[in-house]
Amino acid sequence: MNRALSAIFRRLVIVVPYAWLLVFFLVPFFIVFKISLSQTAIAMPPYVPTFGLAEGWSALFGRLGELSFENYVWLFGDPLYVNAYLSSVWIAGVSTALTLAVGYPIAYGMARAPSSVRPLLLMLVILPFWTSFLIRVYAWIGILKPEGLLNQFLFFLGVIDQPLIILNTTTAIYIGIVYSYLPFMVLPLYATLEKMDYSLIEAAGDLGCPPLTAFWKITFPLSLPGVLAGCMLVFIPAVGEFVIPDLLGGPRTLMIGKTLWTEFFNNRDWPVASAVAVILLIILVVPIVFFQRAQARAQEAGR
Amino acid sequence: MESLGSTRRSFAPWADPKAKPYIQIENVTKRFGDFTAVDDLTLTIYEREFFALLGASGCGKSTLLRMLGGFETPSAGRILLDGQDLRGIPPYKRPVNMMFQSYALFPHMSVEANIAFGLKQEGMPRGQIAERVVQMLKLVKLEQFAARKPHQLSGGQRQRVALARSLAKRPKVLLLDEPLGALDKKLREETQFELMDLQHELGLTFVVVTHDQEEAMTMADRIAIMEKGNVLQVATPPEIYEAPNSRFVADFVGSINMFEGKLREKGSRGSRIVRPDGLALSADAPADAVVGDMVWMAVRPEKMKVSGARPDNAVNSMEGEVWDIAYLGDMTIYYVKLDDGTIVKASTVNSLRKIGDELTWHDRAWVSFAPDAAVVLAR
Ligand SMILES: Nc1ncnc2c1ncn2[C@@H]1O[C@H](COP(=O)(O)OP(=O)(O)OP(=O)(O)O)[C@@H](O)[C@H]1O
Ligand SMILES: [Mg+2]
Repeated sequence: MNRALSAIFRRLVIVVPYAWLLVFFLVPFFIVFKISLSQTAIAMPPYVPTFGLAEGWSALFGRLGELSFENYVWLFGDPLYVNAYLSSVWIAGVSTALTLAVGYPIAYGMARAPSSVRPLLLMLVILPFWTSFLIRVYAWIGILKPEGLLNQFLFFLGVIDQPLIILNTTTAIYIGIVYSYLPFMVLPLYATLEKMDYSLIEAAGDLGCPPLTAFWKITFPLSLPGVLAGCMLVFIPAVGEFVIPDLLGGPRTLMIGKTLWTEFFNNRDWPVASAVAVILLIILVVPIVFFQRAQARAQEAGR
Repeated sequence: MESLGSTRRSFAPWADPKAKPYIQIENVTKRFGDFTAVDDLTLTIYEREFFALLGASGCGKSTLLRMLGGFETPSAGRILLDGQDLRGIPPYKRPVNMMFQSYALFPHMSVEANIAFGLKQEGMPRGQIAERVVQMLKLVKLEQFAARKPHQLSGGQRQRVALARSLAKRPKVLLLDEPLGALDKKLREETQFELMDLQHELGLTFVVVTHDQEEAMTMADRIAIMEKGNVLQVATPPEIYEAPNSRFVADFVGSINMFEGKLREKGSRGSRIVRPDGLALSADAPADAVVGDMVWMAVRPEKMKVSGARPDNAVNSMEGEVWDIAYLGDMTIYYVKLDDGTIVKASTVNSLRKIGDELTWHDRAWVSFAPDAAVVLAR
């Protein structure tokens, strides 16, 4: 009786995450995918064909024939979209590298801090999440604008006599992304660095390694799983980022998240917008799969 | 105890007042917060010496070794290597290598790469590195495991990789923190002799930490017995065993019977104590105490004789009852309970084949020892 119960329970435990994936990922994905194969129409919802069982099964299958990949063909024909994808990936890539460069020293410092202050430092990293993401990005406008805090401060120091134009440039997007996603980089890095055995560094020193060499030969290679996790956690959402380019980027910054928004809400072209979203997903699936495999490999290596 | 190789017999720089000390540990103290791990410790180690630190867990052996390696800074005192003060010299600049108690193998490198690490670091030509790695792998019998990662090895194999890695650079001084603890008896004995040969051949100075007194006895030129951050005695293995300077050392190395009594006589002819029950015991050894003090006369079990009848001409004999007998094959250990409750341990070598014994449980028995078998300990 008990065993039967526990068997059922074990199945349930497996079913829950799959059900979650099915309901909240696969089903919405197929809805979006289906819309991407439709055509715009001035209707409610703004595309045809729509499906329903009201007209019977045969009508349903008839409608299937009306679907086409036209939107995708059109998308690749238009350099605007191709450029938006490329520039999104580029901006996300650069931002990820910058976040890594800023986040690694922070995580390293945290991991090497006395264990009594580590919880406090960890708190400080998570603290920004207590305020809305939107508000925090908005606050950057106040800092970066020509008459903003940063320029006032630099004027005060006498470093500049012309205000720096940062707001509405790609630089502002980089700043926004690095700032917003820093915790996602720091936390996995900290987790790997913190559990690293310090006696390995001592052993490297013992064998004649100065500290910097020891870092590159021991610490860094051993922190690679954390580096990879952090980079994925920053890169993937950054590619599709909408709020940061919208608020901080200029009108000329091309990012796919913004394009998507414009298609959905300004042009009300749901099918094209859906096609944009599906391709974005495909672009992101590649690094995700790469990440998964790297993780599986690391796990296999018994670390 | 196995005797040391005859070639090493003449090696005794510590007895030569003109010999130059190689490692000088002078009044070194190490505190962690308000805990003192090493307490005002002074020790001199000579070049080419095989020096063992022996002591109970937590007595500060690793801490002392880590200070030699440069991983801990002494809170007070100084350490000199070949006359040079080591204070402020980082580990990577010290001509000292350490084998860590936790092995500290690099998990992302193969066994081979681990061993080659230090050699690459010092810029040794590639061909020579390969040669040295092969030699080291052979020493620790891990030739087939060269390409494995540390996590694919057993505990004992990992320990051997750590040993090979620390030996590969052939440092002037090699610090070994329990180098053979995880090996089985046979492999441990083999490796012990190989280590001794290697040390001798290359003229290195070894400082070895160990829990295992037999290992220390086998390998070391001198042994330091540590307790609570202090060194109690530094001496050659026979001296440590036959002439311990304190009850702790006597008890820690091997096993020993202690008879407490008041010192009655001391002089050039030896010492004489009287036990609380009035029995007098005498020894040839001098006593480092004042007449009237309580002292301990200590006798190793193998130097005690046990017999079923009162021995005729024994100087020191005590009567009791056989309490327990442990037959170990090569020898038999008798536990004789004296009439005052003291249990005396006496061992006899079974040099003749015989089954069954004239003495058995609850028999009356006498234990005796010759005056030259005992030492007198004042502390
Ligand atoms: N970093 C440290 N902080 C606080 N206490 C420490 C530290 N390192 C060692 N100690 C303490 O110092 C004492 C000596 O430690 P040490 O490692 O030298 O012992 P050991 O003689 O090597 O013991 P074992 O034989 O178990 O390895 C122990 O009581 C230990 O708890
Ligand atoms: Mg230790």
